Parts: sequence; C-alpha cells; structure tokens
Amino acid sequence: MKTAVIVFPGSNCDYDMLSALNFVGHEATFVWHKDTDLSGFELIVLPGGFSYGDYLRAGAIAHFSPIMNETIRVAKKGKFVMGICNGFQILTEVGLLPGALIRNQNLRFLCQQVYLRVENSDTKFTNQLQKDDILKIPVAHGEGNYYLDEDGIKMLEDNEQVVFRYTNSDNKLVPSANPNGSKNYIAGIISKEKNVMGMMPHPERAVEEILGSTDGCSIFKSLFC
Amino acid sequence: MKAIVKVKLKEGILDPQGRAVKTALHHLGYQKIKDVRIGKYIELDIDGNDFIAIKGLVTEASHKLLANPVIEDYFIEIEEGKR
Repeated sequence: MKTAVIVFPGSNCDYDMLSALNFVGHEATFVWHKDTDLSGFELIVLPGGFSYGDYLRAGAIAHFSPIMNETIRVAKKGKFVMGICNGFQILTEVGLLPGALIRNQNLRFLCQQVYLRVENSDTKFTNQLQKDDILKIPVAHGEGNYYLDEDGIKMLEDNEQVVFRYTNSDNKLVPSANPNGSKNYIAGIISKEKNVMGMMPHPERAVEEILGSTDGCSIFKSLFC
Repeated sequence: MKAIVKVKLKEGILDPQGRAVKTALHHLGYQKIKDVRIGKYIELDIDGNDFIAIKGLVTEASHKLLANPVIEDYFIEIEEGKR
C-alpha cells in the first residue's frame, strides 16, 4: 500500500515505522507535518514519539499541524489512518477517535512487552488475525491510560470498536495484565466507520525475531487484504 | 489584558499525580489533607481591552487547545485591572 508516515517535530518511531512497513512490502515514504497533500496515499500512519515534546498534553499541539487538516479530511472520506502510541494520542485529540489517553495509573513510563487480545478481526488492520488471538508487542509510553466515559465505552463495545485489549499470556483479563490502568483493558480502538485505528502498543517494534517478537507483522500484512 | 486559565481533570477521573502527592503529604504528617488534585495554571497576555471579546477569545482557545474537554474542565479569570 502507498503509505505516508507523518513526521512531526519530536516523532521518534518514524524510522522504525517506515522500516517495518517496507519490510512487510508496503511502499512507505515520510511526509513532513507542514505538508498539506495526502492525495497520493492509501494509508496514513501517525507514528509514535513525543510530538512537540508532549507539551500541554500528548498530541495537543500536533493536532494543529497543517498535515492534520488534510488527515482529517481524507479520513472523513474513508481513507485508512493508523495511529501508534503518540499517533493514537493525536487521533483522540483531533476527534477522529473517541476518548483520551491520560497519565499511566502508576505514574511510570512503561517500556515493556505486553500481551494483546484481538477483539475484532474484521477490520482492515486485523484481518490476518483471529478473534481472541494473543499478540506479544511492546508498549513504551507515559500516557497510555485509555479513558472514556461509561456511555462512550458502552457505545465502543456495542459497535465492536475495541480492536485490542491488554491481556496476560494465558489470555486472561486480570488487573496485573493492564499496564497503565486503561478502561476495560483497552489497548486499541477503531472508528465507527472502521477506517481509523489507534493503538498504544508498537507493532513496528515487533516485526523481526531479533526484536523479540514478529507478532506486529500480522497487522501490517492485514493492510494488504 | 491578562487572562488566567485553570485546567483540571474532571471529577471522577483518576489523577495519579494528585494521589502520589497526597501520599507524600500524609508521610509528612498532613493527615488532614484528604485529597489532592493537580491541574494547570495558564497565564495569557492579550492585546485589547474589550472584556466580552477577550472572554470569548479565551473560551474558544481553551476549548480548542488549552484543555481537552473529554477529560478536563477549565475556568477562566480575566484580570481587568492589569491592563
């Protein structure tokens, strides 16, 4: 897929993302946040990092980068958009995804492998997976605690918008499996129209054996189908 | 004119920073402090002195950028005396 990896000042997973996408066979190129045209791309990826130093709130200032107007415009027309970590935070700030990512419950920056349960395999991002599959993918964030009010959570669950939940290696949803205190163990969600997906864990850091897991590949491979 | 915007997490949203500070205060013996919530204090220096217009501008800016209405409440004070 022709893919744009958006680079903000402070992005630091942009090269990992570009490398992972190309490794799997996509045609990924960088697009600077001051650009305003995404017409040549089928997929837009907002990578992880600390855009604008996470000042004010993670993703708050990136929201107003010129490229985000264009991202919102093409997302509303149905183009696929994926936000990883800081990218997920930006997608909630701009309102393409509901909720917000707040400070981790234990206040620590978490950099560790986690297990994810696939909740919805009927999406552009997960069609090479099965519901209830377990993926081992790392997280690296200080603000990954997914929050949405009860009514909103109910709507997400009812519309099958929860894509990934934190789980343990036995696929049990127990509090010790939830690294940051996210509501309902939510690690990744998709828009109602199923074209915008955001997740806190980093699939681009799990694409080669040497990285400790290749489970992230299935997400990038799903995009072909 | 000066405006102050105070931003805090909505009631009911866990504030782990406030909780950690409360624990530290309790360790120092301040048991009477029952809860701590930490927010942001933002000072804006604004051209003009039309109170209504400035209030409107600050409200819009707060809603758009300074606070995230999904998780935060904001309170605006305009300091008329400090022109």
